Amino acid sequence: MRQITFREALNESLRYNMRNDDRVFCWGEDIGVLGGAFGVTAGLINEFGPGRVIDTPLSEIAIVGAGIGAALGGLRPVVEIMYIDFTPGCMDMIINQMAKIHYMFGGQSKVPMVLRIVTGAMGENAAQHSQSFYSFFVHTPGLIVVTPTTPYDAKGLLNTSIASENPVIFVENKRTVNIKGEVPEENYTIPFGNADVKRQGEDLTIVATQALVYDALKVAEEMEKEGVSIEVVDPRTLKPLDKETIFNSVRKTGRLIVADEGCIHCGIASEISALVAQEIIEYLDAPVIRVGSPDTPCPFSPPLEKAYIPGKQELREAIAKIM
Amino acid sequence: MQIDNETKIRMLKEMLKIRSFEEKIQELYHAGYIPGSMHLSTGQEAVPVGVCLNLLKSDYLLSSHRGHGHVLAKGGEYKYMMAELYGKKTGYCGGKGGSMHFANVKIGVLGTNGIVGGGICIAAGVGFSIKYQKSEKVTVCFFGDGAANTGAFHEGLNFAAVLKAPVVFIIENNQYAISVPRKLSDCVEDLSIRAAGYNMPGVTVDGNDVMAVYETAKTAVERARSGGGPALIECRTYRWHGHHAGEPKDGLVYRSQEEIDSWKEKCPIKRLREALIAGNIITEKEVDTLEKEFQQELERAIDFAEKSPYPDAEALYENVYIDEG
Repeated sequence: MRQITFREALNESLRYNMRNDDRVFCWGEDIGVLGGAFGVTAGLINEFGPGRVIDTPLSEIAIVGAGIGAALGGLRPVVEIMYIDFTPGCMDMIINQMAKIHYMFGGQSKVPMVLRIVTGAMGENAAQHSQSFYSFFVHTPGLIVVTPTTPYDAKGLLNTSIASENPVIFVENKRTVNIKGEVPEENYTIPFGNADVKRQGEDLTIVATQALVYDALKVAEEMEKEGVSIEVVDPRTLKPLDKETIFNSVRKTGRLIVADEGCIHCGIASEISALVAQEIIEYLDAPVIRVGSPDTPCPFSPPLEKAYIPGKQELREAIAKIM
Repeated sequence: MQIDNETKIRMLKEMLKIRSFEEKIQELYHAGYIPGSMHLSTGQEAVPVGVCLNLLKSDYLLSSHRGHGHVLAKGGEYKYMMAELYGKKTGYCGGKGGSMHFANVKIGVLGTNGIVGGGICIAAGVGFSIKYQKSEKVTVCFFGDGAANTGAFHEGLNFAAVLKAPVVFIIENNQYAISVPRKLSDCVEDLSIRAAGYNMPGVTVDGNDVMAVYETAKTAVERARSGGGPALIECRTYRWHGHHAGEPKDGLVYRSQEEIDSWKEKCPIKRLREALIAGNIITEKEVDTLEKEFQQELERAIDFAEKSPYPDAEALYENVYIDEG
């Protein structure tokens, strides 16, 4: 099958949805002529014009807020906030409006909007362009939170997100944007709440998200040679969360590492650990270990940033401890 | 501009509809029948009425935490509003919203908002959706002078201007952001001059003169409807009561009785009522009848709200997400 990058897979999904549904439009900072900071919307303005691929003013409150309004008015906005680090400035729109409008008005209105945000530390971007606090959105009732890893997942889940009647936070990790994978040319969807077992194993379950899925797969290959069989489960959507696939894996292996790039404290890794502890603790042969970013801001200096980003080394250490 | 007598009578009627509602729910709130908190717009009736008489049912409206008057002026009905205030299943939002979160999408009320300035950027997007769909609707967005100092005000007005969205932004300037007076909140005389920064028309009008509000809004609404883009209108008015019902001393902690009385002298309803009677457009008796009818309708609304059930326990979990199967 042909191989394309994560970025190209998203671009293909946007193109497909814009061709097939006039209500779909995109806006955000630098998404038109420049094609987005990470190239996801490259070339869309040439096909669909500046009326549907809109370079907005640098106004995050309005980018999200007016996206909500456009959805209330019957459209299907795909809105981009360049970095998750910029969402605190428009958090009122996300938390108080986007997430709550359907509920607080008793189900009268809906906000079928996709908010695309880029996360993750890479390339020495320091404390304000490197974060991964999407667990905050999981903590907010009313939002769907999607965290695709592979190009295949990216295309299928963006299709599902655009078709969804609910507000969706669509998380794109910097480290995965240019990774290639097999993607069918035809259109397809992946349902929310459907985890993917990226690798089968018997001795240990690693539940990993996004870039850490690739790290976990590499470490699992190394460990295979040492006789440790690792299963890698990618939740793909954090809300809804496919608990059953995670639980089934843990029931089989008896050991669990949860790896997510967010800060360890109060993050999704903590939530998944708590769910396993609360519901199937009798299957655990060892304490759960969480792998994630330390409880510090992301530093600039290259060796410090390297120490900050969770990856293969942290996974190896966790495996040594848990086995 | 000539305003016909029929419209003038309708103005009085609509203002009385709001005043009667606000006075009655204030009474009910203090008597313990209405839970939670609520923000009364007594004294500010000319703003929603003057603006909304220019709107069609299909036009959109977004409002603030002080939104009862806007909902009523757009066609909201007492009984469903009362039921919502009581937290009952039959309310506009099934009891999920209450005073700060009224919506009735069928009449274009897309929502009042508990966050000051929360509706401004949303309104810009609603306006964009109208333009995108080549429809001829208009969006109006009401908020207070406090909201005019939020970042959302700047972003929303600029965004609407850049997109040439058909939105009329209305600052309902009632002089106070809770307890903080205008003089501590901004350094301009007319908040409407801020429109110049977005290259849109900005007008300040006497918000207690319903005919002036009506005429000013008419120009802005017609302009927006015909593709001319957004506008900003500041309506100078005054809230007679405290920030919320039940506020200690009902607003007297931070303002004087003389000030309140001087604004009561400028009551928008009194002004129109006296003018219409003096002009032989309506009689005292007809006004009394109107007031009585509203009182009767309120009694029916209270009865409806009282007899309505509370939401079922499982409603707590409903409408968080739309079920997509």
